[in-house]
Amino acid sequence: MGEVLERPATAGTVLPILDIRHVDKRFAFGAETITALSDATLRIDKGEFVCLIGPSGCGKSTLLRMVAGFETVSAGALLMWGKPVSGPGPDRGMVFQDYGLFPWLTVSQNIAFGPIARGRPKAEAAATARRFVEMVGLTRFADAYPHQLSGGMKQRVAIARVLANDAEVVLMDEPFGALDAMTRERLQEELLEIWARAKLSIIFVTHAIEEAIILADRVVVMSPGPGRIIADERIALPRPRDPTGVEFNALRRHLSGLLGSHH
Amino acid sequence: MTALAVRAAASRQALLAVAAPVLGLLAWHVTTSGPGYHLIPPPADVAVQWWDLAFGGVWDDLYSATLFTHAMASLGRVYGGFALAALVALPMGMLIGRIAVVRDLLDPSLQILRPIPVTAWLPLAMIVFGIGPRSAFFLVFLGAFYPILLNTVFGVRSVEGRLFEAAAMLGVGRQAVFWKVVLPASLPSIFTGLRLGLGFAWVVIVVGEMTGVQTGLGAIIMEARQLSRTEIVISGMVTIGVLGFLSDRMVQLLGQRLLRWSPQHG
Ligand SMILES: Nc1ncnc2c1ncn2[C@@H]1O[C@H](COP(=O)(O)OP(=O)(O)OP(=O)(O)O)[C@@H](O)[C@H]1O
Ligand SMILES: [Mg+2]
Repeated sequence: MGEVLERPATAGTVLPILDIRHVDKRFAFGAETITALSDATLRIDKGEFVCLIGPSGCGKSTLLRMVAGFETVSAGALLMWGKPVSGPGPDRGMVFQDYGLFPWLTVSQNIAFGPIARGRPKAEAAATARRFVEMVGLTRFADAYPHQLSGGMKQRVAIARVLANDAEVVLMDEPFGALDAMTRERLQEELLEIWARAKLSIIFVTHAIEEAIILADRVVVMSPGPGRIIADERIALPRPRDPTGVEFNALRRHLSGLLGSHH
Repeated sequence: MTALAVRAAASRQALLAVAAPVLGLLAWHVTTSGPGYHLIPPPADVAVQWWDLAFGGVWDDLYSATLFTHAMASLGRVYGGFALAALVALPMGMLIGRIAVVRDLLDPSLQILRPIPVTAWLPLAMIVFGIGPRSAFFLVFLGAFYPILLNTVFGVRSVEGRLFEAAAMLGVGRQAVFWKVVLPASLPSIFTGLRLGLGFAWVVIVVGEMTGVQTGLGAIIMEARQLSRTEIVISGMVTIGVLGFLSDRMVQLLGQRLLRWSPQHG
């Protein structure tokens, strides 16, 4: 499938970190085929923060899992730095909604897991872990096991684990969905800070329109049956963003309108 | 909780733990002491017999001061059979759990062999291994084998899929995933299997030592039964109970150390 896609980057065009071109995803469901995603096209530049919103079942998780390399594409192409994604890898870190922490490892060990798996020396991995434990504010819990942590703390570990592994692209599937409003707000702020500092490219799936407008450079709106991308809105408001502001509310109305009209 | 409250809770638990055995002993004493013929000796007679069995100096008969020898013989068979069972069942369980071909090859046969009780193997064991300790050893092995195998297979198969994804996206390769994910994730189940297996080894030891061995707790129980020395029978039972309990506690403590991360074990 590669040859059609190896279009040379012409002068002046910056190579996007992620280039999703006309991607379809079909699942066999018993005797039938479900089209979870149809003709999805999306270019994401290095350092962009993109939020995916859309009703349940429109293929948000499916798209994210394909970028992560957990699922293959049924048609089209999915490129990272111009090369087809062929499986999971440490350049694309996933933050799961259910955390996916290793219960037998402490907070530090969970964070050091990636560097050690990639053959870094133990001492270096431990130092990296210490740095990221501190960054997400869990120094006091460095030696705690996941079952001793709250949901918000586990989510921080999941984020730190991906950052400590030098992921360039961070994929987040409703990471703050299960948290209370206050914890969510704090984590949103921290995430924005880390994103800016580490020059990450983030795809962030959420159900909450407000969360998308607070976080994103671009909000990509999807609709179901079959899953499609129906809009790609740039959010030009300066950060930090005020959810009570006039422009914020105009955007919120606009995006709810997009979501509502496609039900 | 304050230190005092902790201590109060602990002593309450200890009190409850001894309450049932004390009541049991009392009931045993009341129904078997006093005039008349009793099939079951009273607890005091059993205690005296146990003392003689352990240290001698009371009856000074054939059985005096032999308990240590018998207990060591049984312990050797229990732990030997158990260790051999673990040595075979752990790798086999991991292979069955992880490799479809091995599962398809072995699982049906194992499912058919499994319901056969250990006691039913007794005659065959005696034919193959002869009358003696080797048969006992084999039966203990068999008793410990299935709990270890089944729990290992279960543990290795029920690793959460999410953890494989997490490991893959962090850069763990196909080969390393067994050591980095499968093994640690299935450790609680494996541990449960080992604990059950050791328990079964103790259960089976009496049957195993009915195969005509000279020493062992099972052997003196069977021998004393034929001689109607019921005190010795009960002394042997008590000894097995205590040794089995102690060995289970040891395994449990080990588990609490190794599985501190698991909410069920830590
Ligand atoms: N492994 C699978 N096998 C079969 N169908 C699947 C599979 N994964 C997803 N689907 C289908 O693909 C469609 C999109 O699912 P997906 O999980 O991507 O939706 P979503 O937008 O993430 O929804 P939600 O907001 O509820 O998480 C659904 O119809 C779902 O049933
Ligand atoms: Mg989803």
